[in-house]
Amino acid sequence: MNRSKSRLLSIPYIIWVIGFTIIPIIFILSKAITDSDGALTLANLLAIFDPIHRKALIMSLSLAFISTVLCILLAFPVAIILRGSHIRKKSIILFILILPMWMNFILRILAMQMLISNNGIINNLLTGLGLAPMKLINTPGAIVLGMVYDYLPYMLLPVLNSVLSIPEDVIEAAKDLGSDKLHVLTRIIIPLSLGGVGSGITMVFVPSMTEFVIANILGGGKIQLLGNIIEQEFTVSMNWNLGSGLSVALMIFVLITSFLFGRNREEASTGIL
Amino acid sequence: MMAKVLQKTYLILIMLFLYAPIAILIVLSFNASRSRVVWGGFTLEWYTSLVNNSTIMNALWTTFGLALLSAFISSVIGLFGAIGIYSMKKRDYKIMLFWTNIPMINADIVTGIALLLWFVRFLPLGFSSVLLAHVTFNLPYVILCILPKLRDMDIYQYEAALDLGAGEAYAFMRILMPQILPGVLSGFLMAVTMSMDDFVITYFTKGAGVNTLSTLIYGEIRKGIKPEMYALSTVLFFIVLVLLILVNLPYDRLHLNLSSKKSDRETT
Amino acid sequence: MAKELIRFENITKSFEGTTVLKSLNLSIHENEFVTLLGPSGCGKTTTLRILGGFEAPDSGRVIFDGEDITSLPPNKRQLNTVFQKYALFTHMSVADNIAFGLKIRGTDKDVIREKIAYSLKLVGLEGYENRSPSSLSGGQQQRIAIARAIVNEPKVLLLDEPLGALDLKLRQGMQYELIRLKEELGITFVYVTHDQEEALTMSDTVVVMNQGIIQQIGTPEDIYNEPQNAFVADFIGESNLLDGIMVHDCLVSIGGLEMPCVDTGFGENNPVDVVIRPEDVELDAGGKGQTHGTVTSIVFKGVHWEIRVESEIGITFLVQTTEHFPVGSNVGISVDPYNIQIMNKPSREDEQVFDQNESAHGENYES
Repeated sequence: MNRSKSRLLSIPYIIWVIGFTIIPIIFILSKAITDSDGALTLANLLAIFDPIHRKALIMSLSLAFISTVLCILLAFPVAIILRGSHIRKKSIILFILILPMWMNFILRILAMQMLISNNGIINNLLTGLGLAPMKLINTPGAIVLGMVYDYLPYMLLPVLNSVLSIPEDVIEAAKDLGSDKLHVLTRIIIPLSLGGVGSGITMVFVPSMTEFVIANILGGGKIQLLGNIIEQEFTVSMNWNLGSGLSVALMIFVLITSFLFGRNREEASTGIL
Repeated sequence: MMAKVLQKTYLILIMLFLYAPIAILIVLSFNASRSRVVWGGFTLEWYTSLVNNSTIMNALWTTFGLALLSAFISSVIGLFGAIGIYSMKKRDYKIMLFWTNIPMINADIVTGIALLLWFVRFLPLGFSSVLLAHVTFNLPYVILCILPKLRDMDIYQYEAALDLGAGEAYAFMRILMPQILPGVLSGFLMAVTMSMDDFVITYFTKGAGVNTLSTLIYGEIRKGIKPEMYALSTVLFFIVLVLLILVNLPYDRLHLNLSSKKSDRETT
Repeated sequence: MAKELIRFENITKSFEGTTVLKSLNLSIHENEFVTLLGPSGCGKTTTLRILGGFEAPDSGRVIFDGEDITSLPPNKRQLNTVFQKYALFTHMSVADNIAFGLKIRGTDKDVIREKIAYSLKLVGLEGYENRSPSSLSGGQQQRIAIARAIVNEPKVLLLDEPLGALDLKLRQGMQYELIRLKEELGITFVYVTHDQEEALTMSDTVVVMNQGIIQQIGTPEDIYNEPQNAFVADFIGESNLLDGIMVHDCLVSIGGLEMPCVDTGFGENNPVDVVIRPEDVELDAGGKGQTHGTVTSIVFKGVHWEIRVESEIGITFLVQTTEHFPVGSNVGISVDPYNIQIMNKPSREDEQVFDQNESAHGENYES
């Protein structure tokens, strides 16, 4: 293959990247550092530290953090259990675990709302059993539940991929050298699957951090996340400069996590198909 | 033995967690009562009235059209793009990969807003702006599905073809393309999935008048979801289920076979 | 001697600053089985790839049948390659693999079918037309790769370590098959390997290479019995490579012990390299011999014993013999004058280059 000729094939793609990735970023950056009159200002960026926004930021960060940790804690045992089972079963269970992703996520969150709402299915069951109904919906816990529910497959997939791809002989070697089950888990399986966990973290943390739909449905508008505030700046308050400023501030947090965990969403998501 | 039971219970609980809401949606699609909490008897009414609901059907066709068209465009641009990137020198390769990753790493809300700010400068918001947005976020998936295939390509097969008298173009089409094609195909399917699944970016770039299923549902939350929507999503869910069984299972088994064979063969 | 078919003229090649071939000169004749032998990185595969048209030399020319083919693309060359890992087209059947080159040439369908059947018969895989390459064993894939190449009736078949991925038993079997094939087809084979046993078994001519330089060209017997320098002696078979001083013609001193030999022309009192093959060292329990020593180890190797003897002159000899000498026993050591091989010490690298240029056109090659 003639390499210099082949390179020319990427020209349409390069144009697309410039036109629809680089230029939009320049636009959002320039909106973020100007006010409505076009004058330079840092106010929109620094607005992230206003009391309301700071509260939303802290809420977003903590809910995303809790959701991510919960996803890791839920996904890891699944991977370990599947590793111990037979091959045929594995591919079927893997398939079953990721299938829910193909049902529209807003509908699934609405179904979750029916489950946990004040006169929803769970509370109906509880009162039916003679127990007191619980206040589930419109709490931070409900939002975490929605996030874990929606993003768990994105954690399962990379974690499963990396745990299942650890060669058996590595584990046998560890056992041969005297490792017991716990030692194998902590010294071999967990370190070797950190890459998968890393991409799982980006795939769960980034969208949870910027979520606004789940917060709207399960938080009942009572709990403001940064995503909700940005959305409202664009759809209700129509202050695009402030919205852009908050977005850029958010983008900085997103990029920090992505570079911290070093992985992109590629490998995890390519496993789906 | 105890451990096995615990393991099974755990897997079943996880499945229950993932599937309970889906089960609710499926049950609601057969519920004669319009209420979301009261069972009013079994009906197929929503399935029959679905086809006459032009709002939902329009959104459905928009979603499908958008998914197929954006996946097709991004597959073509992405295929050539990936070949070009693959041929680049290391430094350019890394720069291109960085920019390819950006729409994927970035939060959807930021991508959506950035595109919105740019589109309002030269384009009325509507189907075409959403299409451009979808191609933009599909492209990284296509490229990242094809690049590994290019890297794994057996260049010796290409040389063998030349050795046997094939010209460069012929050898490329006959020998290299069949090796890359699975990557293009999975990139295409990936793009269809991402496009159908997207809500946030569509929401910011669509303007008034155009609706995909996701934006339509989001808009109906306050008024209450029409039961036809449950029927439609049930139908779609089972179509996807069947398609995935057809596409995924044989591939998966093949994949597992290959990887186990590889580890058996020590001589190579 | 048959007509010259291929000539490499002053071929030089480097990759990213590393010189792989240093002004290589080599001619290959019609119907010859030539093996390029050397350790990895010696330039043997690069030489083959330049001949196949997959690499272009930095300087020098490749002459094929009287014509300069240096810049001819691979698809225009009248030679075919059997690749190291076979490079079978995994998405095509065995028949389509073999027919690939014929179809490009526009060969008639019926002729193609016949030729496929013939070539499959030739490699002993009749009836495998519709199989998929991935369903075949390594040895079978190997045969298909050979069938795919020879069906085009090339004048030269290039083979790049084709047996490297096979297990020992299969490898030995394939060596005989390749010899048979070459005789049946009557074409030139250029074979690349790092396995000296393969080279010695199959070749008419062996070209020993190291660091991009041809070390020696000769028949397998020449290469084994008359290595021209320490590298060849060390690389081909096992040997006792000793420092010696040439006292005068036909007498060499090793560790102070003067031993008669048959080599002449090395001057007087010059330092030389001395090679003695392990099977040429004779031991006796009676303690006669030219010198004496103590057996320090003995290992059974199947056809012979491998013994290490610590000799009085301070040299440890490696000995292969069918007799058993227990560890600790005292033995006499002697070597027939004909079995002592004397070589000049390479003092500088360019002297080695000079050496090979000399030999490339020298008498060794004409044998």
